[in-house]
Amino acid sequence: MSKILIRGAKVLGGEPQDVLIDGATIAAVGRDLPADGAEIVEAGGKVLLPGLVDLHTHLREPGREDSETVLTGTRAAASGGYTAVFAMANTFPVADTAGVVEQVWRLGKEHGYCDVRPIGAVTVGLEGHKLAELGAMHESAAGVTVFSDDGKCVHDAVIMRRALEYVKAFDGVVAQHAQEPRLTEGAEMNEGVVSAELGLGGWPAVAEESIIARDVLLAEHVGSRVHICHLSTAGSVEIVRWAKSRGIRVTAEVTPHHLLLTDELVRTYDPVYKVNPPLRTERDVTALREALADGTIDIVATDHAPHPHEDKDCEWAAAAMGMVGLETALSVVQETMVDTGLLDWAGVADRMSFQPARIGRAEGHGRPVSAGEPANLTLVDTAYRGSVDPAGFASRSRNTPYEGRELPGRVTHTWLRGKATLVDGKLT
Amino acid sequence: MQRHLISAADLTRDDAVLILDTAEEMARVADRPIKKLPTLRGRTVVNLFFEDSTRTRISFEAAEKRLSADVINFSAKGSSVSKGESLKDTAQTLEAMGVDAVVIRHGASGAPYRLATSGWIDAHVINAGDGTHQHPTQALLDAFTMRRRLVGRDAGLGQDLAGRRITIVGDVLHSRVARSNVDLLHTLGAGVTLVAPPTLLPVGIDTWPCEVSYDLDRTLPKSDAVMMLRVQRERMNAAFFPTEREYSRRYGLDGDRMARMPEHAIVMHPGPMVRGMEITAEVADSDRCTVIEQVANGVSIRMAVLYLLLGGAEFAAKNAPAVTPARTTEEK
Repeated sequence: MSKILIRGAKVLGGEPQDVLIDGATIAAVGRDLPADGAEIVEAGGKVLLPGLVDLHTHLREPGREDSETVLTGTRAAASGGYTAVFAMANTFPVADTAGVVEQVWRLGKEHGYCDVRPIGAVTVGLEGHKLAELGAMHESAAGVTVFSDDGKCVHDAVIMRRALEYVKAFDGVVAQHAQEPRLTEGAEMNEGVVSAELGLGGWPAVAEESIIARDVLLAEHVGSRVHICHLSTAGSVEIVRWAKSRGIRVTAEVTPHHLLLTDELVRTYDPVYKVNPPLRTERDVTALREALADGTIDIVATDHAPHPHEDKDCEWAAAAMGMVGLETALSVVQETMVDTGLLDWAGVADRMSFQPARIGRAEGHGRPVSAGEPANLTLVDTAYRGSVDPAGFASRSRNTPYEGRELPGRVTHTWLRGKATLVDGKLT
Repeated sequence: MQRHLISAADLTRDDAVLILDTAEEMARVADRPIKKLPTLRGRTVVNLFFEDSTRTRISFEAAEKRLSADVINFSAKGSSVSKGESLKDTAQTLEAMGVDAVVIRHGASGAPYRLATSGWIDAHVINAGDGTHQHPTQALLDAFTMRRRLVGRDAGLGQDLAGRRITIVGDVLHSRVARSNVDLLHTLGAGVTLVAPPTLLPVGIDTWPCEVSYDLDRTLPKSDAVMMLRVQRERMNAAFFPTEREYSRRYGLDGDRMARMPEHAIVMHPGPMVRGMEITAEVADSDRCTVIEQVANGVSIRMAVLYLLLGGAEFAAKNAPAVTPARTTEEK
């Protein structure tokens, strides 16, 4: 592999420097590095970040290739600056055996746009009754370390306890979709002022918070770590903050959409805003931003959830839940966290690369931008402003809530172990 | 008036009064030997019912036919919808057949709003009840009934319901009737009190323009009209209340409770009634109960809505249906 010299990049938002990539590795970081025959990329003051890591992606393959495949999903990831994604287990068939996770892992490897780390289901068929073969998935070529029934909550306290305990044997982590099922029967949106008016079934904050409270206590009791998916309420933030202050090994993620959007948008009855957990209130959004800034929430994860057009071009009740997010995540984080002064670019690197890689044990990802480290990098034009045009997405699906919305920042280059996957905003 | 009627909250006071006044004109048609106006001749209205509702469908149909519209009834049961056709495709199919207005009843809250705003079709959309969201023509016919009874048939013309005290009792949580009525009655200047067990009131109700009470007996003496909502027996299986008996004891309207209402106060019900649950037979069959009038008024209101939405722009006296002169013969 040849050499690439990235000239004048603000590494993690700092002073402009040059970064020399040699093969799959960063060879040098410094000022005025000699070109020495390397291919030159003029960064011109763009921000250079470690390749982003998404702990929560739905790639849909196998089973729903009409909405996304490993290929289209990883191309979307590369477009968004990601070099690793964790693929959720709620496929058809469910990723609850070594065979399925190996298939997904292998597809990611073949396509080469970004590393795919499959997440294994906690229970067989996501049904919440019987533990899946977690050890077999871990020992497979896919090397699964994160387990989740995402889309469904592991609601049985005993099953959750056992799963938390069991994965300790191989340093795994259970990522909980916190949703008390009985409290959310028929739930269609956040329960509150807007749901009362619109006559849509309410999804109360307490249904998330009660499960998080239970699970941090379980994690404490059995000495395991637990990860909370898509935390969405101010109350959940307080519980996680309390748990961390007690030394409980809990980590939590927030999605870009929960950092930006509120349930007021549901007044349009446009299912593009239908998502699980639902969009909450302004008060929740503020609490989530603060929690991400102070580290109570460890990471941003996209919950990239592609759906075909017909599943959103319908009435609210009939629509699927979820939004695509890989290609807009960094822009939303810039808008909500950086441009508001809550987080600097080093903070963004921490929340979108270092921490998710650490939680998921994604080796070679989430590393510092320094000599000797793997060349997983992304270059961001932070001065850019433009409106979101889903027609330009690499994802097979277009269900974005940001269509036509002006957002800052644009990923121009992504390198996966020194190989460019995105050049000047175009996939290779 | 707007192009569509989706929510009672979209109506201004003047819109609402115009509809009520127009409905009075329409009511006179019903008193004539030939109950028909040529207003919507050559226009096609489809009654698109995804949810069973014989009474609402028949009421719209009667209104459409009295205005000489061509009427198509579409019931989702046994149609292509039960084979998985989407709302969008169904609506576009109907519009391709030259439909001018769609009267839609749908189990999903917001379905009429989607139909009116998604660019799927150009026809006028009239909401005939969506999920637990809105049922604007029901609220209009209720307001019409109240105005007639409490203000007067002729004295009411041009008037709203300022200062009237309306109590709505029952399953507010699952009721589109309650939501529509709160919106419209507030717009018309009435004071609304909702009475229900706390389990049957939505979280977030505190921003609604009304009072909320858990105590029916204390509210009754301060009511000019008491509207009883249907309470489905199945609700007790989801622990909204312990038993049917306990519900009727605390929130049902019987003869004793009716006696606590002011003498002029009326009892209303959107139907269908569950006798013995929210209302006793004694009350339902009393002179103070307006259930049957509400049904008759429903046709007049729906005629008025169709007339105003489809009949063109402003409703002014000179364009009024040719029944206006009849009013003088009915004074007092």
